[in-house]
Amino acid sequence: MISLQARVEPSKLMGFAAPVIALALTVLAGLILFALLGVPLDKAFYSFFIEPLSSTYELSELGVKAAPLIMIAIALSIGYRANVWNIGAEGQFILGAICGGAVALFFYEIEAWYILPLMVLAGMLGGMLWAAIPALLRTQFNANEILTSLMLTYIAVLLLSLLVNGPLSDPDGYNHAESRMFHAAATLPIILEGTRLHIGAPVALLLVVVVWVLLSRTLLGFALKVNGIAPRAGLYAGFTQKRLIWFSFLFCGAVAGCAGLFEVAGPIGLLLPEISPGYGFTAIIVAFLGRLHPVGIVFAGLVVALSTLGGEAAQINLNLPLAVTGVFQGMLLFFLLATDVLINYRVVWRATGSRA
Amino acid sequence: MNIDSTMLVMIALSVISAATPLIYAAIGELVVEKSGVLNLGIEGMMLAGAVSGFGVGHLSGSSFLGVLAGIIAGMLLAMLFAFLTLNLRTSQVATGLALTIFGIGLSALVGKSLIGIAYAGVPTYAVPFLSDLPVAGPLLFQHNLLVYGSVALVVLVSIFLKYTRAGLILRAVGDSPESAHALGYPVMAVRYIATLFGGACAGLAGCYLSMAYTPSWQEEMTAGRGWIALALVVFATWQPGRLIFGAYLFGGFTILQLHAQAMGINVPSQLMSMLPYIATIVVLVIISRDSGRIRKNAPASIGQAFHPTK
Repeated sequence: MISLQARVEPSKLMGFAAPVIALALTVLAGLILFALLGVPLDKAFYSFFIEPLSSTYELSELGVKAAPLIMIAIALSIGYRANVWNIGAEGQFILGAICGGAVALFFYEIEAWYILPLMVLAGMLGGMLWAAIPALLRTQFNANEILTSLMLTYIAVLLLSLLVNGPLSDPDGYNHAESRMFHAAATLPIILEGTRLHIGAPVALLLVVVVWVLLSRTLLGFALKVNGIAPRAGLYAGFTQKRLIWFSFLFCGAVAGCAGLFEVAGPIGLLLPEISPGYGFTAIIVAFLGRLHPVGIVFAGLVVALSTLGGEAAQINLNLPLAVTGVFQGMLLFFLLATDVLINYRVVWRATGSRA
Repeated sequence: MNIDSTMLVMIALSVISAATPLIYAAIGELVVEKSGVLNLGIEGMMLAGAVSGFGVGHLSGSSFLGVLAGIIAGMLLAMLFAFLTLNLRTSQVATGLALTIFGIGLSALVGKSLIGIAYAGVPTYAVPFLSDLPVAGPLLFQHNLLVYGSVALVVLVSIFLKYTRAGLILRAVGDSPESAHALGYPVMAVRYIATLFGGACAGLAGCYLSMAYTPSWQEEMTAGRGWIALALVVFATWQPGRLIFGAYLFGGFTILQLHAQAMGINVPSQLMSMLPYIATIVVLVIISRDSGRIRKNAPASIGQAFHPTK
């Protein structure tokens, strides 16, 4: 019989190995799934692992997809360390896009250098506003932040649809549900000629450094860690849970809002009813895959972005539905959670009947 | 305009119809939570149930087989959740989220060929004689079996939790797994059974959506109902009787959109669609602010892994 034996100390080796094992298991399960669906495995392998890495343009697309995932995941990881479960980053992302995009459309006649910074500011404030609601409801009324932040995501999607069908729609657009194209001064600079790679990628890397310093070198980082592991100890040490909730939510709201603005001012270039392929939700997986560590999250963001690109390639090459990506990401998270058990427990074989 | 009794009956019927999937999903989760387990994956299990029920119902031509398939699909995902959280002691919050993401993807993958297919749906069953009554007849006695089943299930669960020995054990496991274990009750088995029951109910809720409410399959057709069901359990403060009231209240918010236009209220459809989500937040706030009441009624060990060896 297999049983779990608690380790005296968490295994450092397994801390690194577990995500790798989980990835390997996901690939294996994916191969089995494709075999069951009758998909030629060589073509599937090519779509997921070769094609997305085959040219400079494909590699730059990896950066375009990974940047928002890394940004949001880094921000989420702060709260998750302290058991603050913000799962509404998708809504905060959308609000950032709405508020920042509205600035671009409001100043449509003006082409000046200050438009873009203004948009970024508005995007961050929009995301913070949306994140402040669950934080307020949790700290003041004890309302579960998982449910409120998620409900707000549904509301944000509808709000965006309402706005692009109404006040923010293109006046010359024949009632299409979209805004005007942002003009050049309201779009992000491209950092690699001929690609869509925008300043989101360096911003994401900068954020990684900032959060890494925050978590490892400041009292706040220590407080987050203590509150996650032992809330009561945190209380005695004077770290109030309320302040951590507020900080986690506002920080994530600002970052997710910024990522949302980057998306509409970058690759998309206007406001549409659908601006996110679920970045806010996928980032949750990225945060866990990176073990809530800033550096781990960078690798995790690249891996998950690769699976997204692979899913798109498989859609074209193999006529597979895009939902395959969701299946993979769900499986990855399952395997990840399952292999995490190896960190704190040793798997031992015991003869049946000899239970201690 | 005038609102006559036929119209009121029609509105009431659509409320009942919109509330039924919420009742199934929420009563299942209520039992799960009473055993001390928090499964946030209702949305995923509902979608699995919806796509399986619709697919099997369509292929076999039997709505009975369809519903059965939906229930089994929900239970299979619940089994996965139970294995991870109970045997491998993974975080219940994270595992539930994974279940939702996985369920959304898997159901979309499986259901790709089912989009756009029309389906007759689950037949209604008119209770003899009683269904001929004016007003009360159409209101109470002309539904499909799933609607009757939802009310019956709530009554049964209520009796089970309050008056049976097994129900008492389930509550004991949820309130203090250590004591229950010390008394010799099988904590793991109880939690497994409760989680599977929750999966079956969520699968059934999904079936209702794809086979009776709007007989068709669409990706992510649950539209957050699984999460609203989670909020309903809090709203009901873990009491089945209140849950049914809450579900009808939310059903009302859901159908307001359909009837507002008929009544000549000209509000953008998106604003009306926001109502159930806004209502969920408002209701959560009202209930949760009384933390004493939550603490009194919530299962004490909810969300915590149980280590029998400790």
